[in-house]
Amino acid sequence: MQKYSFLSLIKNAFSGHKGWEVAWKDPTPKKEYDVVIIGGGGHGLATAYYLAKEHKITNIAVIEKGWIGGGNVGRNTTIIRSNYMHDENGLFYEKGMDLWRSMSQDLNFNIMFSPRGIINLAHSDAQMNAYARRGNSMRLNGIDAVLLDREEVKKKVPVLDFSDNVRFPIFGALMQPSAGTARHDAVAWGYARQADSMGVDIIQHCEVTGFDISNGKMQGIKTSRGDIKTKKVGLCVAGSTSILAEMLNMTLPIETHLLQACVSEPIKPILDHVVTFGAGHFYCSQSDKGEMVMGGDLDGYNSYAQRGNLPTLQHVLTEGIAMFPFLSKLNMLRTWGGIMDMSMDGSPIIDKTHIAGLYLNCGWCYGGFKATPASGFTFAHTIAQDRVHELNAGFRLDRFSTGHLIDEKGLGTKTWIS
Amino acid sequence: MLYIKCPHCGLRSQNEFAYGGDASVKRPELNKEISDQEWDEFVYLRKSPRGKHLELWHHVSGCRQWIKVLRDTSTHEIFNTYKSEEKVG
Repeated sequence: MQKYSFLSLIKNAFSGHKGWEVAWKDPTPKKEYDVVIIGGGGHGLATAYYLAKEHKITNIAVIEKGWIGGGNVGRNTTIIRSNYMHDENGLFYEKGMDLWRSMSQDLNFNIMFSPRGIINLAHSDAQMNAYARRGNSMRLNGIDAVLLDREEVKKKVPVLDFSDNVRFPIFGALMQPSAGTARHDAVAWGYARQADSMGVDIIQHCEVTGFDISNGKMQGIKTSRGDIKTKKVGLCVAGSTSILAEMLNMTLPIETHLLQACVSEPIKPILDHVVTFGAGHFYCSQSDKGEMVMGGDLDGYNSYAQRGNLPTLQHVLTEGIAMFPFLSKLNMLRTWGGIMDMSMDGSPIIDKTHIAGLYLNCGWCYGGFKATPASGFTFAHTIAQDRVHELNAGFRLDRFSTGHLIDEKGLGTKTWIS
Repeated sequence: MLYIKCPHCGLRSQNEFAYGGDASVKRPELNKEISDQEWDEFVYLRKSPRGKHLELWHHVSGCRQWIKVLRDTSTHEIFNTYKSEEKVG
């Protein structure tokens, strides 16, 4: 594989940029693989990469219905954080933070990781108390957390509305300074390029149409480009999980819902951090291009549409303007939607299933992007060793029936309001 | 924007309604011995189909009645709406 560096850039510049190799190939599916990963998004590609790198399994196919990086890994608001209270989530996402910090070097691909810090605003004394508790829980798990008072928030984010005339005055905030953003497309491309170089077949425009299971064991899959034999299949298909589950006669504790995001026209640097509203659901950061990147609530009813509705967008941006009044003067550049695998407790599932050789990775709700490296790392372990890693031991499929929920927000099973 | 025909009030915008989830989920009968698996199915497991989905909506800014809506989850086409006690055929 060609190494990307300053020197290779200069060398190729002198030869008119004609010497660059393709970043990943376009192979024809083989008849048989040791492992097939369904879903060529961030999680699927990361899983293939860590299977090859950590477990030396390279006879792998990543099957993608569309093109790699065309799903949620290219549709999110690029936020990376590990500010969770429960141990299962905190330790898992903090492993992810470690992997994010070294990812550009590890993948030899600039993923533009920008640890600019996330600030969760608090709008009441009770919320400050809750954030103090959450911050303490985070620090016990080795995650950085700082409680900010109103004046400290004002210093960091002066463009917030600090006037007396607001419905939800800012009391303070919880900040995770090591959180941040990364370039989402680069994550998919970086993992794809490295996985490809280690022998992984990335097969795009190939739809899974069925499974071949006998005696409770995985034997292979049927696709639009022919049958493929394999003893191990990993599902990494986010919002499409329930569609594949139906082919497997499984009913899962997840529902598919739509989440929108949007960006404004680009403006000069004004926001140095990721900031979230504490009295509703709105989050905002500024991209390197200068666009304000914004997101908020789900559309509110089951949806596979991959496009959003205006009432939700209006609701979300009303919250945004309550936080940042200047947003009302900006033009909207682009809005889009992605379909989320909303689990019944808001936490993910990475586990084996009752079918030997079928592994499940789903339930990411709207937190899938930041989990990409940790998800790939632990899912690769689960597939290769046929047992869960200690970091995903809590993300069991049977935790719902046994009562071991990891309900970070305590919202219950109404996934569309979470 | 969805437009939902409330069986009591007529065609109204989605803004007047609150969503109530999958209407095909049945609560286990009262006073019956319920296994853990039956509770699991009722509380947590959902088909979440792509296509026709029978769901509950609450006309919260209208007549405040719960209604059932048969809607396509990928096109958002609404095929029919029903009163809560009405049989869906």
